[in-house]
Amino acid sequence: MIEVSLEVNGTARALRVEARTTLADALRERLGLTGTHLGCEQGACGACTVLLDGEPVRSCLLFAVQCAGHSVTTVEALASEGLLHPVQRAFHERHALQCGFCTPGFLTLLAGTLDRAVELGTTLEERDLAELVGANLCRCTGYRPILAAARQAAAEMGVWSAPG
Amino acid sequence: MKPQSFAYVATSTVEEAVRALGEAGEDAKVLAGGQSLVPMMNLRLARPSVLVDINPIADLAGVEVGPARLSLGALVRHRSLELGVSPGALGRLLREVAGHVAELPVRVRGSVGGSLAHADPAAEWCLVAVALGAEIELAGPGGRRSLGAEEFLEGPFSTALAADELVVAVHLPLRAGWAYGFAEHALTHGSFAQAGACVGLELLDGVVAGCRIAVMGTSGRAERVPAAEAAATGRPAEAAPDAAAEATRDALAPTGYGEVTSDYLRALAAATVRRATAAAATGTVEAR
Ligand SMILES: Cc1cc2nc3c(=O)[nH]c(=O)nc-3n(C[C@H](O)[C@H](O)[C@H](O)COP(=O)(O)OP(=O)(O)OC[C@H]3O[C@@H](n4cnc5c(N)ncnc54)[C@H](O)[C@@H]3O)c2cc1C
Ligand code: FES
Ligand code: FES
Repeated sequence: MIEVSLEVNGTARALRVEARTTLADALRERLGLTGTHLGCEQGACGACTVLLDGEPVRSCLLFAVQCAGHSVTTVEALASEGLLHPVQRAFHERHALQCGFCTPGFLTLLAGTLDRAVELGTTLEERDLAELVGANLCRCTGYRPILAAARQAAAEMGVWSAPG
Repeated sequence: MKPQSFAYVATSTVEEAVRALGEAGEDAKVLAGGQSLVPMMNLRLARPSVLVDINPIADLAGVEVGPARLSLGALVRHRSLELGVSPGALGRLLREVAGHVAELPVRVRGSVGGSLAHADPAAEWCLVAVALGAEIELAGPGGRRSLGAEEFLEGPFSTALAADELVVAVHLPLRAGWAYGFAEHALTHGSFAQAGACVGLELLDGVVAGCRIAVMGTSGRAERVPAAEAAATGRPAEAAPDAAAEATRDALAPTGYGEVTSDYLRALAAATVRRATAAAATGTVEAR
């Protein structure tokens, strides 16, 4: 067992884990943060997406021991002080989920990427958003409402570059 | 599924990593971005007994723009290349290619050194390395050595790396007067391509004075197509794409698989060569 200190959702946590414990399993089974879902465990579906130091990553492809000294944000911490993140609100308003299995992965993917665009002062076009949501799998919605939500959130956050 | 147990060794210098690999024996694996290795471990297709984590080695994450070459540390992430690490024609090519490697969250972790060491026949960085004539720098117990990309990439998932060696950098030549193009065909954006091409053209007064063309998807590794290079050389830039594509179609005899026939792969390779050559012929030229 290895001792790991990391920050999860703004709080310092210390864990004793086996080297082979993935970040996804550590979050779900050790910290009770079951919002992070596991689908394929091969990097393909994106259900397990979390933010590592603000960047979206597949938590099924990262060992918890690698996260020592880093900061992890899960879907549980996207809302702050009772206020939904613009991406969460857009998902609600645009009906961008059905069964909801894929939703935490899409929320972290989009929130992380749009927050970073705000920081960098860059904008995303339709094509960028389409490619971005293509990173994760949704078996229910057909993606159209997810794209609509992504557009709405990006516009609200000032990082949407509408077609000219 | 979950990976088999292993011992984890975090290293912070190249020497430390090489030593750890030597001590651990044949069964150890380097852990870089983990975007190819960890899926295989989760499926138990890979069961290393020791993982040597090189992510903490700061020296491997650097980018150096020299007068004659661009050097990328092995740990430079696909995402950094997508955001841009250098100006000019080569920097532009790398930005474009990076956008085709997997999806964003995979690009955030996956590394250029990991791609080369993994040697997937459909890996974009292997294609670019062969097309441009990259030098791959390795570190082992006896010191450092460099191999040309074609010598380093021996076949599908197979390289000249010894078990106790590390890829430390890839050096890409900066060629004044050259322009580059890339094209690939994948079933969905970000998934592994069925075929792809990367082309470099030296343009002198609108004529192709020098040419390097490589394709992937047609054999177990990225390969140069000398017949296409010869066909494009000496032609006006506008005539080069068709000439290179036709020569590619005639020169290659790929082995099909499943529904993907040999003729289909040949047509795809020719089409991507045409598109990549056209992109180079009209693209930014590296400053002299
Ligand atoms: C869903 C998905 C889609 C993908 N799509 C694509 C794609 O379209 N195109 C593409 O090219 N790739 C794709 N990949 C693979 C991705 O690009 C990987 O990042 C890359 O192949 C391996 O880099 P890594 O840093 O993740 O290496 P790792 O997974 O850490 O390692 C891969 C192998 O290389 C060895 N290794 C790594 N670094 C070194 C080093 N410096 N020295 C010696 N050995 C080393 C490891 O021991 C291991 O055997 C995809 C991956 C996923 C999960
Ligand atoms: S569970 Fe991690 S990508 Fe599918
Ligand atoms: S809402 Fe069911 S998988 Fe996306």
